[in-house]
Amino acid sequence: MCLAIPGKVESINGEEAIVDFKGIKKKANIAFCDCKIGDYILVHVGFAIQVVDEKRARETYRLLDEKCKT
Amino acid sequence: MQDVINKINELANGLGDISLMEVCGGHTNVILKYGIRKILPSNIKLLSGPGCPVCVTSQKEIDSIIEMALNGIKIVSYGDMVRVPGTKMSLEGARGKGADVKIIDSASQALNYKDHVFFGIGFETTAPMTAYLLKKGLNVFSAHRLLKPAMKVLLEGEIRIDGFIMPGHVSVITGADEWKELNVPQVISGFTPELVMVSICKLLELIKNKQNIVVNNYDEAVLPQGNIAAKNMIKEQLKPVDAEWRGFGMIKSSALEPVNDQQNARIIYVDIIKNVKTDIDTACRCGDVVKGLCSPHECPLFGDECSPQMPRGACMVSDEGACRITYVYER
Repeated sequence: MCLAIPGKVESINGEEAIVDFKGIKKKANIAFCDCKIGDYILVHVGFAIQVVDEKRARETYRLLDEKCKT
Repeated sequence: MQDVINKINELANGLGDISLMEVCGGHTNVILKYGIRKILPSNIKLLSGPGCPVCVTSQKEIDSIIEMALNGIKIVSYGDMVRVPGTKMSLEGARGKGADVKIIDSASQALNYKDHVFFGIGFETTAPMTAYLLKKGLNVFSAHRLLKPAMKVLLEGEIRIDGFIMPGHVSVITGADEWKELNVPQVISGFTPELVMVSICKLLELIKNKQNIVVNNYDEAVLPQGNIAAKNMIKEQLKPVDAEWRGFGMIKSSALEPVNDQQNARIIYVDIIKNVKTDIDTACRCGDVVKGLCSPHECPLFGDECSPQMPRGACMVSDEGACRITYVYER
């Protein structure tokens, strides 16, 4: 329930951003997160909750890849 | 990593029996998947706590939302909740009987169903999104819980807890400062196995030095004050109320309900909810599992009678439930 996944902000339109989750593009609401294009954001149930650095985002992708293999 | 393990062994040598608790299902998942319990010295025990909101939602709440659905109230819910067994059936079962239950994975999708009741669930991480939906005019049946009141109950309870591995994403919203008043060693952790091991090491250091403080080991995402915009949205739209938790019973000011009664489904549909009859499955030990009083293996239903395919208890439903995680990695 509290899983949050990092994605890269591609575009912003008001409260809505298009976010790239390793190639999969989805909308995210950014009402709670002051972010700009190019930032990596942590997204939880479709809402950005924090900006994170790119290195940490990549580490999370590695773990998610492993999780998907189980 | 080896030097962290060496350090943990060295610290554990100078300590007696130590019990640490993780209060986030995401951490339970990492701990079991990577066999972290097996790496730790025998005197360091890891307990799983109430880290899964699906698991701690009371049977009465599950039965109430199912009864509403069976009475023609349209429901929109996250997927985890629809499979939790109620006394008679699950929300999924109600859907099979013709109830209108929509499943979403992103809170914003609920805006497409404004004539539905949103089943709000989760700890502080998920509450801001429900608050946002309230602001947009949706009616909500809230089963949201606050973690700190339950942790206080645990600290006064029957098992000794020497320190907590604190939830990363709950803390992104609440901030690290939220936990100071608990007055027990705590380390806020990220979700890689390496970060969890470092968090355990730091916890042992705090215990050794008798420091009842909060260390932030997930500082790239967790700020001392948390996410203020999200916290303000919660404060504007939701208010703390007393609530029944599975396993814990009633805990004061431990849940959130809409500030506006006209959007509170518990009030709007009181005539339906007041007649709900709840029977607790006495064989199921989910109530003890969420308090760290027993391991999933100690439940007589675990495995044959309760599995992710046919769950009898809430802890077997969610990816963050200790029973389900144990079933996947340690059965």
